[in-house]
Amino acid sequence: MNALRKADLKAIIISLVVFVVLQALLSTNSLDAFWQLNIILICINIILSVSLNLINGYTGQFSLGHAGFMAIGAYTGAVLSVNFHMPFIVSLITSFVTAAIIGGLIGLPTMRLSGDYLAIATLGLGEIIRIVIMNVNYVGGAAGFMGIPRHTNFAWAFFVMLFVLFFIKNYVNSSYGRACVAIRENEIAAEAMGVNTTKYKVLAFTIGAGFAGVAGCLFAHTFYIIHPSSFTFLASFNYLIMVVMGGMGSITGSIAGAFILTTVSALLSNWPELRMSIYALILIALMFYRPQGLFGNIEITSLPVLKRFKGGKQK
Amino acid sequence: MGIMDQFLQQLINGISLGSIYALIALGYTMVYGIIKLINFAHGDIYMVGAYIGFFCITILHWPVLPALVASMILTGILGMLVERFAYRPLRSAPRISVLITAIGVSFFLEYTMMYFVTPQPRTFPSVLEDAAYHFGPFVVNNQQIMIFAITIILMAILTYIVQYTKVGKAMRAVSFDTETAQLMGINANRIISVTFGIGSALAAAAGVLVGIYYNSIDPLMGIMPGLKAFVAAVLGGIGILPGAAAGGIILGIIEALVSGFISSTFRDAAAFAILILVLLFKPSGLLGKNTNEKV
Amino acid sequence: MSVLLEAKNVSKMFGGLKAVSNFNMTIDKGELVGLIGPNGAGKTTAFNLFTGVYQPTTGIISLDGQSLAGMKPSQITQRGIARTFQNIRLFSELTVLDNVKIAYHTHLNYNLIEAVLRVGRYMKQEREIEDNGRELLKIFKLEDKAGEIAKNLPYGAQRRLEIARALATRPQLLLLDEPAAGMNPQETKELMDMIRWIRKDFALSILLIEHDMSLVMGICERIYVLEYGSIIAQGIPDEIKKNPEVIRAYLGGEA
Repeated sequence: MNALRKADLKAIIISLVVFVVLQALLSTNSLDAFWQLNIILICINIILSVSLNLINGYTGQFSLGHAGFMAIGAYTGAVLSVNFHMPFIVSLITSFVTAAIIGGLIGLPTMRLSGDYLAIATLGLGEIIRIVIMNVNYVGGAAGFMGIPRHTNFAWAFFVMLFVLFFIKNYVNSSYGRACVAIRENEIAAEAMGVNTTKYKVLAFTIGAGFAGVAGCLFAHTFYIIHPSSFTFLASFNYLIMVVMGGMGSITGSIAGAFILTTVSALLSNWPELRMSIYALILIALMFYRPQGLFGNIEITSLPVLKRFKGGKQK
Repeated sequence: MGIMDQFLQQLINGISLGSIYALIALGYTMVYGIIKLINFAHGDIYMVGAYIGFFCITILHWPVLPALVASMILTGILGMLVERFAYRPLRSAPRISVLITAIGVSFFLEYTMMYFVTPQPRTFPSVLEDAAYHFGPFVVNNQQIMIFAITIILMAILTYIVQYTKVGKAMRAVSFDTETAQLMGINANRIISVTFGIGSALAAAAGVLVGIYYNSIDPLMGIMPGLKAFVAAVLGGIGILPGAAAGGIILGIIEALVSGFISSTFRDAAAFAILILVLLFKPSGLLGKNTNEKV
Repeated sequence: MSVLLEAKNVSKMFGGLKAVSNFNMTIDKGELVGLIGPNGAGKTTAFNLFTGVYQPTTGIISLDGQSLAGMKPSQITQRGIARTFQNIRLFSELTVLDNVKIAYHTHLNYNLIEAVLRVGRYMKQEREIEDNGRELLKIFKLEDKAGEIAKNLPYGAQRRLEIARALATRPQLLLLDEPAAGMNPQETKELMDMIRWIRKDFALSILLIEHDMSLVMGICERIYVLEYGSIIAQGIPDEIKKNPEVIRAYLGGEA
């Protein structure tokens, strides 16, 4: 098991190297403003896709309401920063807590549903959240919430993302994660093994919603302004596509999915209609030729090549 | 206007809107009944139907009824093509793959359309003279009468097809048990294709009617009505044709009442709230039967 | 001997259909009991009632003197009833070892923070279940398949894995639903030895549903016969073999 710790250490070192390189690029202004923003967006989208993967990929509960929880986090964070002048970290933590609580409250009744019904119910709930926000004048209503301080820089986005990845990786490799996967594989057998399926479904939903809230808070503090139209179910589709593209049940996959789709989106941003048509074709082609996603349910650390490289036999 | 008059008026508006939802919901429910797919692209099929009708009327200067029929035929073919090339190859794939493909098809239709017709809304020509008729406390205009009439005719035709024709019986057999139906000599692929064709044609009719009713169409017009129609289908009991029709009308009425008496911004929220309540308390819908999984 | 499981006047209605009625059964500690009956007699329904998948319409089921009424299946598993399924329900995309590890779920008590930070009880308990799991797989001759995906195992091995997984929950009572279904005579014989051995070595009671009469008559100490949801006979194998009611139920018609 020490090998596990060692693997963690390696991962941390690699992450730090990545951070230093990217930060150096940013500090020396080697990237233009557009890409500077997109690097932050990639980090935020990774948080969203990995947290959605916990619900959809690991626990097998098909949620289409992720953008709703993101909206809760975004507005909570914005209100705390603008109206209460709270430090950013307080906004972030409160965003997590608020989105997680609402996620849990929503999860409790809806987790009785399964498959398509759950998908469509979460979609509806996400839309309800958005419509309610749209009707609250305190947060700007349909016009959006303006004047949010720009707290999110690359360092914040990167380290929050790292924390979320670390949290979810360890979560899924514990008895909590095994309970989730058991539910996905066979709910009746999971119950028969003593797994309280309701509890673990709601827990996964709560944690996933909480981190979507954190991503929302980072998002709100990136653009000065947030708008209810950023959090429609189409945004939820987008995060779902990242998860499916990368592979349901693979953290590596979610990272790759978020990275690729955010980059492709950015590259095609000058041709908005074409962008979406191409996007759609990629999606359909992916389902035809690689429906399990790029990584299936495999992590990069367990690929045979890398295993040999490390010489270890740990998982 | 007294509150009662206002109520009755919203009822009329609600039934018009509800007829549109019902027409779209029928296609949703037929497709779900037969291949268990939430066809997210169905709303966009409806949008394409509206555009075809629009071009028939504005460019070809056709009268409204031929335009409606042409739109139904062409859109029906489009629906069959979508099924043939996007969904059929995935018949044995996991459900989520097909669902994601449906989302892909939806995006593709929306934005390819946008590429050709620009995102700007188009003004649908007024094909009927503005006239309103008073029936006691009700005021009904020409467009509404047309919507009611066409909806009722189409539903009657659909009922006839499903109940009395060979194709209709085969459709019911396939939706009940695809494998057994195939063993009985039914070509399931052909029946599924026909189902998509009929469902899409009904959506196209809804599209043209919406154009006539609201005078405005745009490439993203299908997203919300598509979802609402799904809500209507769930409300009535998914897979059940009379359920979809009833669900559509009920949803239309509730929406009209919410926008008339509360606020139009909460209209969409009301639809989704109904969806969630139905799913939680009677997931099989108003006309559905409960089923249990065998352990 | 003391009573472990007791079902008193249990009945279960599905709509108007009586799946099980006036069902009485006791299983003593350490006993190996068989439940037989024609197809559709309600045997699996009885299992589903014992494990909380269904709640009885009337009557009481108790384990060690405590009523199980209103409990979810997971709670009943925690009380000590484990089961296998007639139509195998493995976690089919997971490895053999992970299948067993999941079953240790109720015996792990580290909390969320320990899990995420990998501190405290996490390391110790994870190591324990890893070792115990491998040990258990060895007993079922699955140790060299620990890393394989469950669905790729041959049928007989899948049945064994299901039993191993049930045992990992550390039950007092093990319910086996047609464990020999689809096995050849050789495999069935091995299974019989294994069931006897499990009962002794794990010191538990076993209730099994089985159609293979040689297996049931060979290892069960007591047998219940179910027909149309009611117990029509019970006793030691020799009595059951001669019971005219049982012969009638199985061969039909006259007698």
